[in-house]
Amino acid sequence: MEGFKKSLLACIWFMFLTFPLVVIRVDTAEKTVQWRWMHMLWVGLGAFLLSYVWRFMLKRKAMGRSATNPDGTPVVPFLQRLSANPPLARSIMAVIAIGALVFPWLFSTYQTNIMISAMIYIVLGLGLNIVVGLSGQLVLGYAAFYAAGAYSYALLNHHFGLGFWTALPLGAGAAALCGIILGIPVLRLRGDYLAIVTLGFGEIVRLVLENWNEFSMGPSGVSGISRPGLFSVELSVDGATTYIYYLMIGLVALTIFVINRLKNSRIGRAWLALREDEIACVAMGVDRMKTKLTAFALGATWAGMAGVVFAAKTTFINPASFTFMESAMILAIVVLGGMGSILGVSLAALLILLLPEYLRAFSEYRMLLFGATMVLFMVFRPQGLVSSERQRYEFKETKESQG
Amino acid sequence: MEYFLELFFGGLTRGSIYALIALGYTMVYGIIELINFAHGEIYMIGAFTGLIVAGVLTAMGFPALAILAVALVVAVVYCSAYGYTMEKIAYKPLRGANRLSPLISAIGMSIFLQNYVLLAQTPNFLPFPNLIGEFEFMEDYAHILGSANLVIILVTAAAMVALTLFIKYTRMGRAMRATAQNRKMAMLLGVNVDAVISLTFIIGSSLAAIGGVLIACHTGQINITIGFIAGIKAFTAAVLGGVGSIPGAMLGALVLGFTESFATGYISSDYEDVFAFGLLVLILIFRPSGLLGKAPTQKV
Amino acid sequence: MKTLMKGLVLSLALVLGAGPALADTIKIGVAGAHSGDLASYGLPAVNAAKLVAEKVNAQGGVNGMMVEVQAEDDQCKPEMATNAATKLVSDKATVIIGHICSGATKAALPIYKAANLVVMSPSATNPPLTKSGEFPNFFRTIATDDEQGPALAAFAANKLNLKKVAIIHDKGDYGKGVAEFCKAAMEKAGKVKVVLFEGIGADQVDYAAVIQKIKQAGAEGVVYGGYHPGASKLISQMRKKKIAIPFLTDEGVQGPDFLKLAGNDAEGAYATGLIDVSGNAMYKAAAEAHQKAFGTAETGLFFAQAYAATQSLLNAIDKAKSTKYEDIMKALHTETADTCLGKIKFNAQGDAQAEGVGFSVYQVKNGKWELNK
Repeated sequence: MEGFKKSLLACIWFMFLTFPLVVIRVDTAEKTVQWRWMHMLWVGLGAFLLSYVWRFMLKRKAMGRSATNPDGTPVVPFLQRLSANPPLARSIMAVIAIGALVFPWLFSTYQTNIMISAMIYIVLGLGLNIVVGLSGQLVLGYAAFYAAGAYSYALLNHHFGLGFWTALPLGAGAAALCGIILGIPVLRLRGDYLAIVTLGFGEIVRLVLENWNEFSMGPSGVSGISRPGLFSVELSVDGATTYIYYLMIGLVALTIFVINRLKNSRIGRAWLALREDEIACVAMGVDRMKTKLTAFALGATWAGMAGVVFAAKTTFINPASFTFMESAMILAIVVLGGMGSILGVSLAALLILLLPEYLRAFSEYRMLLFGATMVLFMVFRPQGLVSSERQRYEFKETKESQG
Repeated sequence: MEYFLELFFGGLTRGSIYALIALGYTMVYGIIELINFAHGEIYMIGAFTGLIVAGVLTAMGFPALAILAVALVVAVVYCSAYGYTMEKIAYKPLRGANRLSPLISAIGMSIFLQNYVLLAQTPNFLPFPNLIGEFEFMEDYAHILGSANLVIILVTAAAMVALTLFIKYTRMGRAMRATAQNRKMAMLLGVNVDAVISLTFIIGSSLAAIGGVLIACHTGQINITIGFIAGIKAFTAAVLGGVGSIPGAMLGALVLGFTESFATGYISSDYEDVFAFGLLVLILIFRPSGLLGKAPTQKV
Repeated sequence: MKTLMKGLVLSLALVLGAGPALADTIKIGVAGAHSGDLASYGLPAVNAAKLVAEKVNAQGGVNGMMVEVQAEDDQCKPEMATNAATKLVSDKATVIIGHICSGATKAALPIYKAANLVVMSPSATNPPLTKSGEFPNFFRTIATDDEQGPALAAFAANKLNLKKVAIIHDKGDYGKGVAEFCKAAMEKAGKVKVVLFEGIGADQVDYAAVIQKIKQAGAEGVVYGGYHPGASKLISQMRKKKIAIPFLTDEGVQGPDFLKLAGNDAEGAYATGLIDVSGNAMYKAAAEAHQKAFGTAETGLFFAQAYAATQSLLNAIDKAKSTKYEDIMKALHTETADTCLGKIKFNAQGDAQAEGVGFSVYQVKNGKWELNK
């Protein structure tokens, strides 16, 4: 009964809230007003039902904190259980790996193309994860590094005919340089000030690309970028797509491998320490400047590489692909995935990219649903898809010591 | 000299527009330290609500001034309601989560609201009637400052003064400052923190609503994307001035407006945004917490 | 999570289910912005293709083959355009109508070229698409931007007798292109001096500074390259600041939306626009069919161009008696098609030559666009 009253209240409140925008439509030039009362009914009904779901979810979230199995052990989420069980994890990994390898042969070029985009976002997400998830520096202009990589390849290819493989390290280097250029002045900034400066930096890069015709060909962008060749063999579009697909699988594997190693290295632990408490970290003798700059530079490097592949894949780039929204999406991947967790970030990248693509059936509503998903995820799972596990070192007693 | 003056007033116009939106940003940030990316969308909803009221009342044959008054009131009521609801749904359940979660939630909210208005109304640009009209006494100065601009400047100044007084001298204002300084402590001392935060959102959204209607009168057209763009500029202004500080938001917005205007006038408008963001980066490098912001004490 | 996976699998199955077309149909792929804020540019083309297909099918099809239409959305975004293009290629489309925006077209063309598909755009006006010679498979039924700029320049010099003008653009691909072609034409002819050439963001709230700059430069007229939101904001704020010099703009502005947004301030503005074909008998019939099928005679942007493009392509297939790439290409270059834009021939580069393809200058009079003779 209590629930019914609350839902009724929510229903009335949302009917009131959406009344002018949803019900009325005016045309000031023609001086006509259109009333759409039916819409109000739908909103009311929707609000009524959804408020039940909302409360149920909130309740579950509150319960979830202290949830235990019948035998008293705490409930471990499936994905975490997975990482605690190496043989099972390994076999699942194997299945995924085989699935990924045969994908282009089972599905159409279109599907492969989308998977390439998704993998580009995995690399971007993992790269930003170094900066945001591991070292705790909030960066809102990550698309600038992505653009640096993409434009390096596009322009070098256009003017000097440089190939993909030459451009890949150059693009990564250019992006890393951008990372350091941005990193040095913002060393003193933290939190939201850092966020807004990086946002400004991202916008400046995009605006310069848009306005400086002589350098970047302005808003019309660079077209006719060559696809990567396989030992100087010209590939057909299908062939090139498959080739880029495998290339991306390699890049993703490399990214995961490197970041996994980095995470538990000396510098990786310094990042984590920096994230947790900057002052304590510096007091313990960590070089703040070096640590922050390596985070920026390494994070940017992956964006640069992803950018080069992006340019090679679309064969056409323009500044419109590197807006603030792009940075926000990549950040969303990192946060949705669970900051610092490699598995989570990869899953979130797939989710963020594939969701809108397969929601095409509801094309009108997909961005609405997308925004709502982001909010709901944060409300009900703020730790992300997979909460990252810190490396633990346990002392195991050996038989000899017992004996 | 005349050219300089004209550019000066151009900058003042732009600055006051940014300031009106930046005030709401800085309010919310000051209290709960959240970059409310959806603030721009509230501003956009304010403009749309104003347009709908104007449309209905024009069809019924009301005079322009009455329409403006009603449009402002209705926009304020609705935007407050949106701000309040948004806080309850997207931010309140996230208190105590890590700092990035509310930010992502805000970005999600921003995408949601934009598409909600797109579906409920239209993706096209809509004409917004000039409800303010042209004042007769402004006739001679119209070439440097429009009547709508004058109103925006006056309202912004008034809003700033009123807010400063409210926060300094009223009981609720004191509660707000207490919440901003230390939420837990304020709660222990009997401040109703939930109410304070709700009120902050309501005030911030009301300012956005007023801004939405008045600025739309000036630009003469609205669309679902106006909030996002204005929001980024206003937020830049707020950070420039020292986010959380009310006079800072005003100062930052004016500095931003003047920079853009003079850069356009004496250099080129091709790079006006580059100048704006470049200035931001420069100022923050030398004053890491903005022009009027207090340097945060580092707790060890 | 589980339900989500189920959903993914289901949608995968759905996408895959749309298998290759049957051999005895002609599949026209229509690609363009069908959702998002530029949907109003792309949807009329889908309607046009559907109407032509319906009409042709009712008369027994082309060479005995039925015509079907498959629409793919690219939202005018290059990266989505490549996805749409690969989808159409894997779905074995016979010919393509699209894309709508020049940027998206640029991104998609290499894919069609590699797959040997003829592409015809009703709206992509970027000159190099045809003139670079890079894409022999690309055709279009609309005049290009580099015809628009000189048209504006000639009009400013000869009809309005302007000596000094300010050229303003919206920094976008299209607007900046028109502005640059206009500037080049003026400098070449030497009659008009360009005293100011600047870009202003279409999303800025206020143009006071740039308007003062126009005044300071002593311009006798303003040429604006861009779309209607920016143009209406600029003209309104100019008129408010009592600057009553002539305002010239481009085809992206010339439409009913500009009149709505700028209201009384629009009065007297000039703009280049597509040649009016509403008198063409075939167009009239198409508009009637549109009324029947979609409930309105307002056909929308680029409808006539898309209608003509579909007609030209089907005509070529008909004349070639084949759906092979080489045969269609040959027919397009040699045959003449009777379309709602008049008789269309394509030149060697792929640009349509017809009486209905090109620009004329319009002026706002009493709240309406009228042909300026």
